[in-house]
Amino acid sequence: MSELFDCRHAFREALEELAASDPRIVVVTNDSIGSSNIGGFRRRFPERFINAGIAEQNLVGIGAGLAQNGKIPFVCGAACFLTGRALEQVKIDLGYSRANVKLCGMSGGLAYGALGPTHHSLEDLAWTRVIPNLTVVVPADPVETAQAVRAIADHQGPVFLRLSRMPVPVVHAPDYRFRIGRAAVLLEGEHVTLIANGTMVCRALEAARLLAGQGVSARVMNMSTLQPLDRQAIVDAAEQTAAIVTVEEHSVRGGLGGAVAEVVVTSRPVRMKMLGVPGVFAPTGSAAWLFEHFRLTPEGIRDAALELLQDKEHHAVQVRSGH
Amino acid sequence: MNMQNPDASGSAADRLRRRADWIRRRSLRMVHQARLGHPGGDLSAADILAVLYFGVLRVDPGNPAAPDRDRFIMSKGHCSGALYATLAAAGFFPIELLETYMQPLSPLSGHPDRTRVPGVEASTGALGHGLPVGVGVALAGKMDGAPWRTYVLTGDGELQEGSNWEAAMAAAHYGLENLTLIIDRNRLQQGDATESTVRLEPLAEKWRAFGWAVAEVDGHDHAALLSLFGRLPLESGKPSCVIAHTRKGKGVSFMEDRVEWHHRVPSKAELEAALEELGEGAE
Repeated sequence: MSELFDCRHAFREALEELAASDPRIVVVTNDSIGSSNIGGFRRRFPERFINAGIAEQNLVGIGAGLAQNGKIPFVCGAACFLTGRALEQVKIDLGYSRANVKLCGMSGGLAYGALGPTHHSLEDLAWTRVIPNLTVVVPADPVETAQAVRAIADHQGPVFLRLSRMPVPVVHAPDYRFRIGRAAVLLEGEHVTLIANGTMVCRALEAARLLAGQGVSARVMNMSTLQPLDRQAIVDAAEQTAAIVTVEEHSVRGGLGGAVAEVVVTSRPVRMKMLGVPGVFAPTGSAAWLFEHFRLTPEGIRDAALELLQDKEHHAVQVRSGH
Repeated sequence: MNMQNPDASGSAADRLRRRADWIRRRSLRMVHQARLGHPGGDLSAADILAVLYFGVLRVDPGNPAAPDRDRFIMSKGHCSGALYATLAAAGFFPIELLETYMQPLSPLSGHPDRTRVPGVEASTGALGHGLPVGVGVALAGKMDGAPWRTYVLTGDGELQEGSNWEAAMAAAHYGLENLTLIIDRNRLQQGDATESTVRLEPLAEKWRAFGWAVAEVDGHDHAALLSLFGRLPLESGKPSCVIAHTRKGKGVSFMEDRVEWHHRVPSKAELEAALEELGEGAE
């Protein structure tokens, strides 16, 4: 089993490295210093660290005010509060105002596990991806996280960067180059495309290996930028493979699946399955347990792909039995 | 008809008076023409805006993004009529543009958009946004040791939004003496008096308790406003809160202190009567 990483460490290292060379970088937080892994930044750059207290609306407004005066604020907090509590500020003070703020939502999705639905962030991508001017990025591993931090700092305009605390393996080669708005095909395939982002990318890759064992060739695409969406990569997948499965640590409503479906139905309709959390509040359980519960696992993804391909009216591939 | 700026002759006090009345007349015409707007609050804020833009703020309309400009944020963005009239009078954009207020594709939307209107520092309209952004602006100034000041004008009903009080705590905590909040205390909000809706008083004590230095002033008394703004910060190490006591609809007898003029549109006859009271033709 390959080594697993908490992407917040890559975030922390990249941010501190960036701040060392760019005095415009400031950090603003709603007191989530430990959970955002920004204690190191506070020690190294105390004059550029603002703790706004537990007050997210003010937090995002402060970020906008700083950005309008030449700073590049990384506004850090748990994804659930940063988006849900301050959504109007995200819409008006960031999106509408084109403020150069980098909103860093920590521990998105189910990461907080047994702390429960108050702390789960399963709506954040649906909320943010529809706000004009706002770029939405969900990195898949530490390699991509580090590059994304630099890319969003260079990007002029507001960004929502959603990070997880769930350990993930490295899925990108060392020469991988993250670009905002570009999907990455991690594995070529011709029968079905698995489109995922964040913590689900490594699971989609694992699912593709299981599918290969059954004679199914699966393309795996990391859609780490949810907005602006790489439409061409989706259209290519729809044209070149018979079906698409989306996988996300998010509600199945309005997130990655919805975004991909919007492109597919208006360009080259193919059958899809959308995996994620069905429109429910999650029961009590650790994040790992919840991934199993909602079948956000390699086996769950494999089964969804097989169901799509084996559909009698639409079958395109001969599927061998497993084992 | 009276498209031009008022002439600049006479004493400083006369000039400010004429500026304020011109802003009032322009905003009423704009609201009448657009069939939309918030004339009551435009009129209550007109004197504050005139004093700020023609007596206090160091801004350069020819270079609206000048790094050392003072920053003014109109948090009560629904009173865009008065703000646009003021910015046009100050020279940020041509006065003729005011004719397009809320017309299709005009940059002059019903609420100000910082990306489209020169001189607008923050996009407002949703209430309770200006002060948090102002805190960020003032923090940036403080970090850089910059000489400029940040001013935020809120309505009074707007203070029912909790975000203001989050910002109030943060501004005091960070000792933002370069930040001044002005409250247009006209005592009316859309539906009723503030005190019959969700009471704000004791307002000055609230701000003091939150760690601000507070002064109260007649928001229509130009000399008093000038004098107050001339001695900012009110206390060193603290943000300043100026409670400007005003009358909604100020300057037009049948609009003053009447809740319905929050967003009622004047008819042609009402507009003409109002312009007459505001000295139309006297210049």
